[in-house]
Amino acid sequence: MRNLLFSLIGSCALAVSFGCNNQTSKTLPILGSRDPVTKVVDGKTVTDTLYHSIPDFRLLNQDSVFIDNQQFENGVYIANFFFTHCPSICPTMQRNLLKVYEKYKGDERVKFLSHSIDFRHDSPSVLKSYAEKLGVTNDQWQFVTGAKAAVYNLADSYMVYTKEDSNVPGGYDHSGYLLLVDSNRHIRGAYDGTNDEQVQLLLDELAILLKEYE
Amino acid sequence: MRNASLYWGTTLLSIYILFHACQSEETIRTAQYAVNGQKLYKTYCMNCHGAKGEGLGDLYPPLTDSTFLIGQREQLPCIVKNGISSPIEIQGKTFDTEMPPNPQLTPVEIAYVLTYIGNSFGNEMGLFTLEEVQEALAACN
Repeated sequence: MRNLLFSLIGSCALAVSFGCNNQTSKTLPILGSRDPVTKVVDGKTVTDTLYHSIPDFRLLNQDSVFIDNQQFENGVYIANFFFTHCPSICPTMQRNLLKVYEKYKGDERVKFLSHSIDFRHDSPSVLKSYAEKLGVTNDQWQFVTGAKAAVYNLADSYMVYTKEDSNVPGGYDHSGYLLLVDSNRHIRGAYDGTNDEQVQLLLDELAILLKEYE
Repeated sequence: MRNASLYWGTTLLSIYILFHACQSEETIRTAQYAVNGQKLYKTYCMNCHGAKGEGLGDLYPPLTDSTFLIGQREQLPCIVKNGISSPIEIQGKTFDTEMPPNPQLTPVEIAYVLTYIGNSFGNEMGLFTLEEVQEALAACN
């Protein structure tokens, strides 16, 4: 009877310590759809998982230079969708992203990518002026524009809703998510950029993700 | 003798309470307007001007410059209603981002939101009455 009690306490302690270990070595999930891919390797049939990833892109930045995925392959980046004269959620979202930028300014492992969904108005010079006024002083945070189809299709792959809609303030409807993307183009986290708790979660999980590269 | 001093004491106290009741009526109204204004602020102003009226970089001006607000008091209802497209200087910085108009706000709602802004973020501007706002709106360019 006593032995049973001891083993019970022992297994409880083990469970607790194991639970704690799980906490410290937390890894972020890969978000999005996943497809099984079956292929034959060395005569054996192997099933692999193909994770959702960000497709190739080539967009014009605030310095009128084309940038593509290569600029973001040496670390992680946070992406979002906005437009410069957006009167609704964008200022809050950018104010919050600015806090993350200021924390990681100078740390080249972390980059930022804001896509304008206003392809009519937000030319590179408009984006440049916006970036300067926001307080962005280096090329760690890129602001990009492109053809409507290119940007809106890209938004779909980031799982962000974007739509031209004359019934909403500013003329464009979109969601204010901040997407955490790793060096393999996988989305590892999605956070509501207008919610302080979610932005804190982004900061916490960004630190967890960066541990994968240490 | 004792009754007389009690009588005078009570009278003086009544006058004192009456005087303060008048004062606190305005205080109560200011508080009511500010509470209503806070909700409107969250909906129409906070995205750009921030939860603490801090603004955002050089894009959107802060609402913490009491000197500017006091100097522009009669213009404030017009700015809220019609927006602003000419550059303004606040705390030594020039802001030229266009502020969109808020045509949906009624005069009393403008009084609410200005009372909130005018008595938050370190500002002490007192009550914006409906009459004051209506008068100011009638004089907008």
